[in-house]
Amino acid sequence: MRIKAQVAMVMHLDKCIGCHTCSVTCKNVWTNRPGVEYMWFNNVETRPGPGYPKQWEDTKRFKGGWVLKNGKLTLRAGGPITKLATLFYNPDLADMNQYYEPWTYDYEHLITSPKSKHLPVARPKSMITGEFIDKPEWGPNWDDDLAGGSENVSLDPNVKKLQEHIAMEYEKTFMMYLPRICEHCLNPPCVASCPSGALYKRDEDGIVLVDQEACRGWRFCMSGCPYHKVYYNWNTHKAEKCNFCYPRTEAGLPTVCSETCVGRLRYLGVVLYDADRVKEAASVEDPKDLYESQLSVFLDPFDPQVIAEARKAGINESWIQSAQDSPIYKLAMKWKIALPLHPEYRTLPMVWYVPPLSPIMNHIEEGALNTDHYIPAVDHMRIPMEYLASLMTAGDTEVIRKVLLKLTAMRVHMRQQTVGGMDELSHSELLKEAGMSAGDIEDMARLLAVAKYDERFVIPTGRREMNDDLYYRYGACSIEGLAPPEGMMTYPFGKEE
Amino acid sequence: MSEVFWWVVFPYIAFTIMLVGMLYRFAFRGVTWTAPSTEFFEKKWLRIGSPLFHYGIIFAFFGHIMGMVVPKRFYDVLGVNDEMYHAFGIIGGGFAGLMVVAGLIILLIRKMTVPRVRAQASFADYFAVILVLLVSILGTYITIIYNTTVHAYEYRTTIGPWFRSLFVFQPQYELMTAVPFVFRFHVIVAFLLFASIPFTSLVHIFSFPARYPTRAPIQYRSRIGYRKGSSTRK
Repeated sequence: MRIKAQVAMVMHLDKCIGCHTCSVTCKNVWTNRPGVEYMWFNNVETRPGPGYPKQWEDTKRFKGGWVLKNGKLTLRAGGPITKLATLFYNPDLADMNQYYEPWTYDYEHLITSPKSKHLPVARPKSMITGEFIDKPEWGPNWDDDLAGGSENVSLDPNVKKLQEHIAMEYEKTFMMYLPRICEHCLNPPCVASCPSGALYKRDEDGIVLVDQEACRGWRFCMSGCPYHKVYYNWNTHKAEKCNFCYPRTEAGLPTVCSETCVGRLRYLGVVLYDADRVKEAASVEDPKDLYESQLSVFLDPFDPQVIAEARKAGINESWIQSAQDSPIYKLAMKWKIALPLHPEYRTLPMVWYVPPLSPIMNHIEEGALNTDHYIPAVDHMRIPMEYLASLMTAGDTEVIRKVLLKLTAMRVHMRQQTVGGMDELSHSELLKEAGMSAGDIEDMARLLAVAKYDERFVIPTGRREMNDDLYYRYGACSIEGLAPPEGMMTYPFGKEE
Repeated sequence: MSEVFWWVVFPYIAFTIMLVGMLYRFAFRGVTWTAPSTEFFEKKWLRIGSPLFHYGIIFAFFGHIMGMVVPKRFYDVLGVNDEMYHAFGIIGGGFAGLMVVAGLIILLIRKMTVPRVRAQASFADYFAVILVLLVSILGTYITIIYNTTVHAYEYRTTIGPWFRSLFVFQPQYELMTAVPFVFRFHVIVAFLLFASIPFTSLVHIFSFPARYPTRAPIQYRSRIGYRKGSSTRK
């Protein structure tokens, strides 16, 4: 057993209102420099829709993630030899047209325009070429809230996979929001794809980062990531990606996207897992088994043996405590209502999603208020279960059904407590079908509906005892790197040994 | 006197600028060390131009090893006579040279005409492309036209030994005095190119990720080891 700790996120999609606050705050903090204007470390997509970049889920085209070849886990795009042979041109890379060409507006013209018959207009101007763009044809969230209608919806690779007519008539349409960040996978294909070894997973918290000094701009991480969450900075010619706001999480603060989420739908916490079992878990034959096998790598933070092993692995008490209080552990592993995004990529992603439920509840309320109908209603929800299954369980609708039943049971149970109006028999029938006790359901309702800041974000501070020269830094001046104290040896390459 | 300058002083100055410049850039401007791809802006022309050029120049590199670094004696021992050697050199080198020139012309036109690529191209980018193009046009001319119309020049007894003599710090500049002009010009422009490497995108030549196939796929790094760049392996 090789225990490692991982910081992970759960997003409760029922609560996402698609306001893009997470994307905008993230952008203001991380991607507002030249070369990165087009990047959204966090983006919110309307689904069904092509997503960002367009059709990122089309793995046949972009060849991201892992596949099983003769029982062996390999990168879909091919191993190191294939990569070195295509070093000079990466056929799988999505270019800027799949994202969008960033533009600004010629605001200056509004002020400097001479007097004219018509009001002056600020024309859109490309931030790449500096040329005016007469007619922008694609941009961030161009397809927001199903804009573009069936034309854009039909671009969704999940819809294509379902091979069924998804109604785009006004009364029958459905949509949901999908906020996406880097998955900080347990089995990250971007790391395996990097010829320079510049991408790495941090030992202490599992955050996947790009070493900017080691990156040589080969771009295989971009196409290797099936979620398309590694980007190319065309100004520095290096890869950049979501860093899970590590300067914040190290200080015990939530990521910017979580902190600013208006719907408070994001949860952050620590989970413990067995790194030795990752490869095995990613290598199960049937993609539909990947969700279960992913769950099997996580360790029970209350198990004394696990605690002892964790201590031996150098995980300190505050991290073990956090793992026990972790909302992620409860939502994803204990109650099993949070699901990974596209487990079939075999990446073991660490951002989990509670699937949305709202549309079916409306559906019930529209009909007769017959309490017996909760269970059948789950099977006839507005967002087709097949669609959610295509996103989160590699097509296994049974898992989705179970999660939705649990969420339905929670609503019914809590309604029963405050309003009543349901007979004992159908109430207990629903709990039985959901497979949860009343106590668990109440805990779940608290965490999903009323949990406060400290319950939603359980993040231990970065381990300062790991800084190798704490004694030296004690009482030190923060500008010492620039102006070392007298008599101190300095090294031209920057680091005091 | 000018012979001493061109075949002793100038090559050493070029090598010194190249080595010191690269060391400086690696140590103090490490963040700028990269292969500055524009594939993100344009794929269609790059798909033809880039592999053509890069594979061509790799073949040309090995061709130069065969001609400049490996001594003529080696071929004599192997029983490769001069005609066989030159036939191989002209055909193989000619193909490589044509690949390089064709690829570079495509890349240069692409750089000048595709709006996104053009807008982000710097002086150093044009400088590097044009200099490499000049060197490779001269080299291809020598290989294909000079060698077949004038005579198959035996550079293995003049330029080769001179080039090797530079590395043992016993430069035999007198070997270069009788070398035809195009060859001398090719060599001088090539050394100019070497000197420019640290200041252009050409530094990525030295970043070929040869260790990639042998390393563990998943890399872990500890915060402790971060600055030392150490990693534990899966």
